[in-house]
Amino acid sequence: MEKARPQWSNPLQFVFACISYAVGLGNVWRFPYLCQMYGGGSFLVPYLIMLIVEGMPLLYLELAVGQHMRQGSIGAWRTISPYLSGVGVASVVVSFFLCMYYNIINAWAFWYLFHSFQDPLPWSVCPLNSNRTGYEEECEAASSTQYFWYRKTLNISPSIQESGAVQWEQALCLILAWLTVYLCILRGTASTGKVMYFTALLPYCVLIIYLGRGLTLHGATNGLMYMFTPKMEQLANPKTWINAATQIFFSLGLGMGSLIAFASYNEPSNNCQKHAIIVSLINSATSIFASIVTFSIYGFKATLNYESCLNKVILLLTNSFDLEDGFLTASNLEQVKGYLASAYPSKYSEVFPLIKNCSLESELDTAVQGTGLAFIVYSEAIKNMEVSQLWSVLYFFMLLMLGIGSMLGNTAAILTPLTDSKVISRHLPKEVLSGLVCLINCAVGMLFTMEAGNYWFDIFNDYTATLSLLLIVLVETIAVCYVYGLRRFESDLKAKTGRTLSWYWKGLWAGVSPLLIVSLFFFYLSDYILMGTLQYQAWDASQGRLVTKDYPPYALAVIGLLVASSTMCIPLMALGAFIMRHLRKGDATPVA
Amino acid sequence: MLWLLFSLVTATHAELCQPGGENAFKVRLSIKTALGEKAYAWDVNEEYLFKAMVAFSMRKIPHRETTEISHVLLCNVTQRVSFWFVVTDSSKNHTLPAAEVQSAIRMNRNRINNVFFLNDQTLEFLKIPTTLAPPLDPSVPIWIIIFGVTFSIVIVAITLLILSGMWQRRRKNKEMSEAVDDDDKCENFTIENGIPCDPLDMKGGRINDAFMTEDERLTPL
Repeated sequence: MEKARPQWSNPLQFVFACISYAVGLGNVWRFPYLCQMYGGGSFLVPYLIMLIVEGMPLLYLELAVGQHMRQGSIGAWRTISPYLSGVGVASVVVSFFLCMYYNIINAWAFWYLFHSFQDPLPWSVCPLNSNRTGYEEECEAASSTQYFWYRKTLNISPSIQESGAVQWEQALCLILAWLTVYLCILRGTASTGKVMYFTALLPYCVLIIYLGRGLTLHGATNGLMYMFTPKMEQLANPKTWINAATQIFFSLGLGMGSLIAFASYNEPSNNCQKHAIIVSLINSATSIFASIVTFSIYGFKATLNYESCLNKVILLLTNSFDLEDGFLTASNLEQVKGYLASAYPSKYSEVFPLIKNCSLESELDTAVQGTGLAFIVYSEAIKNMEVSQLWSVLYFFMLLMLGIGSMLGNTAAILTPLTDSKVISRHLPKEVLSGLVCLINCAVGMLFTMEAGNYWFDIFNDYTATLSLLLIVLVETIAVCYVYGLRRFESDLKAKTGRTLSWYWKGLWAGVSPLLIVSLFFFYLSDYILMGTLQYQAWDASQGRLVTKDYPPYALAVIGLLVASSTMCIPLMALGAFIMRHLRKGDATPVA
Repeated sequence: MLWLLFSLVTATHAELCQPGGENAFKVRLSIKTALGEKAYAWDVNEEYLFKAMVAFSMRKIPHRETTEISHVLLCNVTQRVSFWFVVTDSSKNHTLPAAEVQSAIRMNRNRINNVFFLNDQTLEFLKIPTTLAPPLDPSVPIWIIIFGVTFSIVIVAITLLILSGMWQRRRKNKEMSEAVDDDDKCENFTIENGIPCDPLDMKGGRINDAFMTEDERLTPL
């Protein structure tokens, strides 16, 4: 008797799974950065256009393929065309690389979460130096939050060549992160479905609480006004549109096989068109919502820095000229400076080089993305709030939920094709298979816990998924529309779901979306080629800031290998299938 | 004559306490910054209190137990509020070495701060470094405790899930093997529609709903 394919208990679980997977850390730490860099409020225009033209159709396509074929990515693409099983394999390879490096973020979230139960928060004070006369120099040069991130958490080495040793604290947190992921995927869709309720809903609760707190912070309105003031001239910049398209593309997690895997556990009659629209709208809405929270936090932090800069200048002038304490305030600073310059010119010229020009705009202009935003900027803002332990725990728990939700999707992308394959599932029960996958990824992930681990993390983060996913989705769209045949696919969908495909979707699938992906692909390639040698940001402990360095040749080789190993799967498997067919035809002809 | 003596004494005093003088320390207070509206004005009485605190600190040093308030000299009081001070010996001709004054102030810094409702940042003794409070260092870092708790919970949950999965599978295997046994028994009989054809062997039998039940065959009266 054939074992029935496991299914979601109800369609809501499927929607929550997709939301939990799509709404990840990118919504929190990349979208606000893009919004700030490319015109604030006006960035929403290209973003929403790209959502309608690119995000929704491609999401619908993947969900439809998965639901129709009822198999993981490898099986699904092999059914569409035997020459295209390479697409599925490429998706699995990319997901595998992603699993390797993504979980270290959860390890860092655990680390910060466990450290949030102290008073004062460990990243709010600098540790003392060895003879207790002052603070550590690295901490003085940078800030206490940067010191805690770069020294206490990562213990980062000055360059990628110096690998250093495995940090046992980070290794422990990584093992815990993998055990948590294993716990969630252990029983397949039965258990994953229930966890998805939690990982999908909890981040929204925390974001709402943070919105309430963020909007009431001193200086939050500065950040919000700065962000949402539209800078219309950015609309003419092609980079704005390209970044909007890329953000939509990667934020939805297209091409990794997770969406196909999730949809394959659906009932064949499920209305995935409605679900595709809902998921993509919720994903974008979450990005915008998260950026409101982020910008009120930015505004708070920038205002705080600006005021402390002003206070330092005031103190400097008060001490140098022995003025009465409290006489100099922010409002009369400029006129008093003018008076002092004229009354005591020689002394003023001595003090002048030390006076910093404090500007609120320059504080707000410091745009940060990625781990820097999540672990440095946010923790700096949190340490200044009242009851900072509570806010810290909430925030890092939310990061953890977002990260684990995405990890569940990534592991599903790998495990579904493996459990579909009869060869493997006959010998290994799915608990052992999931355990093996988690174990291998955990072992490789120890690379990222070394002292140079963060540099390797940046390599994986920047280069694993970009070109490969664009190529994969391009081949997917062309495969469904032209190899399988759009009419055939349309009639299949109509037979199963009873719904006709409108000309809107057909036009986008066949024409607009592939063109968009091709142009994105060429943009990325030309960007890499024009940039020449690739560089990275290394932490300089003596200066307390990041410096740019070139990648050594072996790091470049690893980058090339990462990109090649996934993209080459497609032509290689196609060639392999062609050769097998040819051999089989050669065997068959004498018999006929 | 007296006037000459007085001017001589003040002149000597003036010489001893000078901005940048030997063994002299500059003090800077930021009372408005620290206390805001509750700030007090810095007047001669506050200066007297300051001298008293310095003399008190010096008395804690061996061989200096006889320091009097009059041995502490203040000069150059500015609007800031900042001033210089020196501590003289009993003859009032020489100033005490800076090292002694420094160690005295450092030992009693907390009490001096508290008397004026200030802290290390708002009552500054330039050139006297503050001793920073050592950080709290519990024997077991707190994060390890929380890590241990979370780790054990996850391990227990995983073990429970794996074990329950194994039990379920064993029960299913037993059911399957029972069904297989029944199939074996039925080998001599025909199997129709996949139903083992010896219902009398199984508990409860098998009810074929196609036939009406006994009760319904007889129409009610």
